Amino acid sequence: MPPANTPVTDPDELRRRTQALLAEHDPAVTEPLDFLRARYDAGLAWVHFPHGHGGLDAPRALQAVVDAELAAAGAPDNDPGRNGIGLGMAAPTILRYGTEEQKERFLRPLWTGEEVWCQLFSEPGAGSDLAALATRAVRDGDSWVVDGQKVWTSSAHNARWAILIARTDPDVPKHRGITYFVCDMTDPGVEVRPLRQITGEAEFNEVFLTGVRVPDAHRLGGVGEGWKVAQTTLNNERVAIGGRRMPRESGMIGKAAATWRERPELRTHGLHQRLLSGWVGAEVARLTGERLRQQLTAGHPGPEGAGTKLAFARLAQELSGLEVELLGEEGLSYDDWTLRRPETVDFTGREAGYRYLRAKGNSIEGGTSEVLRNIIAERVLGLPAEPRTDKDLPWKELAR
Amino acid sequence: MTDLLYSEIEEELRASVRALLSDRCPPESTLARCETGEPYDRGLWQTLARDLGAASLAVPEEAGGAGASVREAAVVLEELGRAAAPTPYLGSAVLATTALLALEGTDGDGGDGGEASKLLASLAAGERTAALAVPLSAMPGTGAFPLAVRADSAGTLTGTVTSVADAAAADLLIVPAEGRDGPGLYAVETTAAALAVVPRTSLDLTRPVADVTLTGTAARRLAGAEQAPAALERALLTGAGLLASEQLGIAEWCLTATVAYLKDRRQFGRQLGSFQALKHRLADLWLEVVGARAAARYAADTLATGDPDAPVAVAVAASHCGELAVRAAEECVQLHGGIGMTWEHPAHLYLKRAKADQIALGTPDRHRAALAALVDLPAPVG
Ligand SMILES: Cc1cc2nc3c(=O)[nH]c(=O)nc-3n(C[C@H](O)[C@H](O)[C@H](O)COP(=O)(O)OP(=O)(O)OC[C@H]3O[C@@H](n4cnc5c(N)ncnc54)[C@H](O)[C@@H]3O)c2cc1C
Repeated sequence: MPPANTPVTDPDELRRRTQALLAEHDPAVTEPLDFLRARYDAGLAWVHFPHGHGGLDAPRALQAVVDAELAAAGAPDNDPGRNGIGLGMAAPTILRYGTEEQKERFLRPLWTGEEVWCQLFSEPGAGSDLAALATRAVRDGDSWVVDGQKVWTSSAHNARWAILIARTDPDVPKHRGITYFVCDMTDPGVEVRPLRQITGEAEFNEVFLTGVRVPDAHRLGGVGEGWKVAQTTLNNERVAIGGRRMPRESGMIGKAAATWRERPELRTHGLHQRLLSGWVGAEVARLTGERLRQQLTAGHPGPEGAGTKLAFARLAQELSGLEVELLGEEGLSYDDWTLRRPETVDFTGREAGYRYLRAKGNSIEGGTSEVLRNIIAERVLGLPAEPRTDKDLPWKELAR
Repeated sequence: MTDLLYSEIEEELRASVRALLSDRCPPESTLARCETGEPYDRGLWQTLARDLGAASLAVPEEAGGAGASVREAAVVLEELGRAAAPTPYLGSAVLATTALLALEGTDGDGGDGGEASKLLASLAAGERTAALAVPLSAMPGTGAFPLAVRADSAGTLTGTVTSVADAAAADLLIVPAEGRDGPGLYAVETTAAALAVVPRTSLDLTRPVADVTLTGTAARRLAGAEQAPAALERALLTGAGLLASEQLGIAEWCLTATVAYLKDRRQFGRQLGSFQALKHRLADLWLEVVGARAAARYAADTLATGDPDAPVAVAVAASHCGELAVRAAEECVQLHGGIGMTWEHPAHLYLKRAKADQIALGTPDRHRAALAALVDLPAPVG
């Protein structure tokens, strides 16, 4: 037995621990939540997390070993689609900037899905230019009082907690006066109103914050350092949206290809050309993701990940649009415009019309495709930034 | 699992090829050379093939090679693309070598397998240079054996093959020909009588093509009907798959050169590279280069390991990389402005190479059509 807290790097050791978990908590007779908690405590939740916080300090790539064993045994999963923001963004940020107490309090119920998270970043006046945000947090003894309005907040209606960025110092330039908090969504000052989307449903919300009290113990990182902390969140968001391992023809191309195969009477030459181009594009994107994972495993992460979400959005939009067009007369109908409040988001769910409309969000959410191109041009290619007038002025003097 | 990365050995190989090319093959000398009667740099080719062993990479040690694989050959092609280098690597070390490799050690079938082995060893050693006598535009997967050349009962060949890559630099031609008992592969010395190799005025100045005319030319039969079609198919599939790596190299050069130029060039009181309209175009290009690297590696790896997915991998890589290289070269010309339109600036060498490569071994469109059959996405009927 290696000493506690040494990184586990041996796949066989992970397999052994997974089998031990399964032996002690037979999924067939264990409550799913009990199983998930036991899995977390065994360090098999996200193996690259530290010992004691659901992981074993293992290489990230070894998660697949655990997942495969658990899937084969029919173990329940934590329904990651329900808590994408928690798992993909809040957790890595808490891990990096949280205190021991914060990690202890938040990570386990986050991972098991007992507590869903949302992201209170965007505002009516601050989208791509997130650092311009105006929601204020004012210190009052051991806590902060937060007032402002957030918008496009996915899952706010299901969320127990939020990651929140707010302005704590309006007298310094905008990037410097921001602080990062964990906000209790059950606070009486939090009001969540649904915003209906082009799909008919309301995945996202506007959130009004009126005199919301956030204990200082729920601050992540230093006062005024929220912009830096938020970068961790945003970088992980882009990875989360585009970065899973995929078999060939998964995602939108699979849907379009299946319709093409099943419905010979719909085929036209022009759509055939576009479908084949889309197939090549999807396969190239899949191989790019696979190559990126191999680079990470080999310990040589490259800048290639910056493009993953950009490519994903473009393909999802092209292929879903193609499928609606291919369907012809059937494409004139839509499955259901009822205002729903979905618990999970599945970009490839429902029917072609829904997929087409939902894919429009892929190039907006988590940083627009235009902003991502700026990031690639400046950070990867090293091209100069455009001249800016807003960087050094105090936030309160900026034109709004 | 397929390996999409570069091994340390591959990176070392890349470094030595790149050093050789930057030393011996700067764009100025390629430009100066391409209008002479000697477009290929024979000295450079000798160093590459013989001293660096680049011609022997895909040939097993027992057959006189380095016992590496086409993965390494793909890395060489990336660098040749990046330098737009005028060497007969594709024709000799890829197309002809792969065809001979498919015959190696296989006697019988009415051909001389021992002869194929001897020729293979001489190509691998860099002692001889060969070309595969098919039009450079020939593509894999068609199932049709070329009928341009006839073999008569005396074993001599007659016919014309147009647009053969690297033929003018070759001392040996591997010629597919149709005889009375079906298809065969033949070896023809370029010193033979009754043979004309006439260079065309080629779009690609760095890989000129030539028309080969045989009029009862003496030839040695290497393989007969059982092996010749498969060997030819293997050569074309490998060529199309590895050409994607050359296209990647071309695109990388074009992107890097354009980014560097736009950081340097100032107009309107600022660096041109700070204008968003240009940044976004280059970001999109970068994204496609990243995809090309994954696709080209996958094609090379499946070819190296004999993975049955190779035809799909090649079709994907050829269609993506074939289009990308042209787009990258076109962007390179456009974003250099007037200087990009000059003969003096090397951008046109890359544009011409990219455009010819797009046609070479199957256009992107033809590869997508091949894919339709491979992955069951049939075209509409009628
Ligand atoms: C489905 C969905 C879910 C979302 N979920 C959340 C969430 O849970 N939490 C949250 O905080 N936010 C969320 N968002 C908000 C999202 O992050 C923002 O919409 C996004 O950052 C863009 O901001 P904006 O809407 O204000 O657009 P703007 O910033 O006003 O942009 C308008 C247009 O201008 C372009 N543009 C802006 N700046 C530049 C520039 N510098 N150069 C070139 N073009 C530019 C944009 O690309 C866009 O096309 C969600 C959005 C969507 C669509």
